[in-house]
Amino acid sequence: MLHGLTRTGGMIRSLVVLFIFALSGSAGLFADVAKPQIPASRGEQCVEPVEIMRRNHFEFIVHQRDLTVHQGIRTKRHSLAGCIDCHSTETAAGQYLPVNAEGEFCQTCHTYAAVKIDCFSCHAAVPTEKISQSP
Amino acid sequence: MTRVMNCPDPSPAAPARRTFFTQAGVGVALLALAPGVRLVDLALARAEDEPVTSANRWGLLIDTDKCQSGCDECVSACNEEHGIVGHGRPETDAQWIRKVDLKDDQTGHELSIPVLCQHCEEPPCVDVCPTGASFRRDDGIVLVDKHICIGCRYCMMACPFQARSFIHEELTGQRTHAPRGKGTVESCTLCVHRVDKGEQPACVEACQREGHDALVFGDLNDAEDQLTKLTRASATRELRPELKLNTSVRYTRF
Repeated sequence: MLHGLTRTGGMIRSLVVLFIFALSGSAGLFADVAKPQIPASRGEQCVEPVEIMRRNHFEFIVHQRDLTVHQGIRTKRHSLAGCIDCHSTETAAGQYLPVNAEGEFCQTCHTYAAVKIDCFSCHAAVPTEKISQSP
Repeated sequence: MTRVMNCPDPSPAAPARRTFFTQAGVGVALLALAPGVRLVDLALARAEDEPVTSANRWGLLIDTDKCQSGCDECVSACNEEHGIVGHGRPETDAQWIRKVDLKDDQTGHELSIPVLCQHCEEPPCVDVCPTGASFRRDDGIVLVDKHICIGCRYCMMACPFQARSFIHEELTGQRTHAPRGKGTVESCTLCVHRVDKGEQPACVEACQREGHDALVFGDLNDAEDQLTKLTRASATRELRPELKLNTSVRYTRF
């Protein structure tokens, strides 16, 4: 009896989910979540193709971080400092906006994806020295 | 490997045999190199994408006669280099290097010396770390990987030199080359970001700038290095020698 009820509940839930998906497809239920507006970056080209960076940037950064901290390998291609060099917005006054500020490069996507960034509790979010002259 | 080498060997004949094989191995390696190429040169000219190796062992020699009482240029240079700012709480504020004044009550002789992470070959902080965050780089620099530090502070308890600090406050305005953050332990990195570029630590530069020249940085594995020549020429000592930590920071005329 109990088992039967649970199964019925499950079916109803599935139907509701299906209905919502159908709605979102036809009437655009989720359309009010704006796509992130990514600020323009300096530099001509990213170190990897954009699609690869969107999916895998953290793999690159974590890999590089272990190499740098433990083995002293300081190549600039996948360094976090290199990311910040190109991707922090420079204001007209010559100031840099932190990449984790609202609407800035890192934060805008991370807000959209609801993923908290932990890098900048320790790392500088603005370039404090130029490191990636030649990526 | 070092651990195995340091184990007391039950048979007295074994060390000699092992030494012979090591020396024979080095001989073969030297023969295999092209004429005019020295192993030391190869080790020093490390490319940016090459890992550090035990060919180098970075160290510091502190001349206690030249270190001036009342001068704390090394401390200020370190704070400036790493963006270390106090919060008005001296007991818990981060401190990577400090000046310690000593007095021999018997003779009245006074000393003023900088004390910092001694970059031990057998670091107690590494032994006690539960996550592997506290580690010794192959070139002898003892560091904290703050990515895996959980802030337990066992290393602070284990360090005989009180060289480590814990960050209690949320920080802002960090420098790019010196990431620091709340909830992690930190200590002197021997300015690893500078060493990797072939430069000297900030404290050594500051001491030279002041004209005191009390600090000499160099490679303890390089027989031609100024540091190695100085340590060979005169008596030096490590702090707490009874602990047999074989520190890379040594003091002379002390």
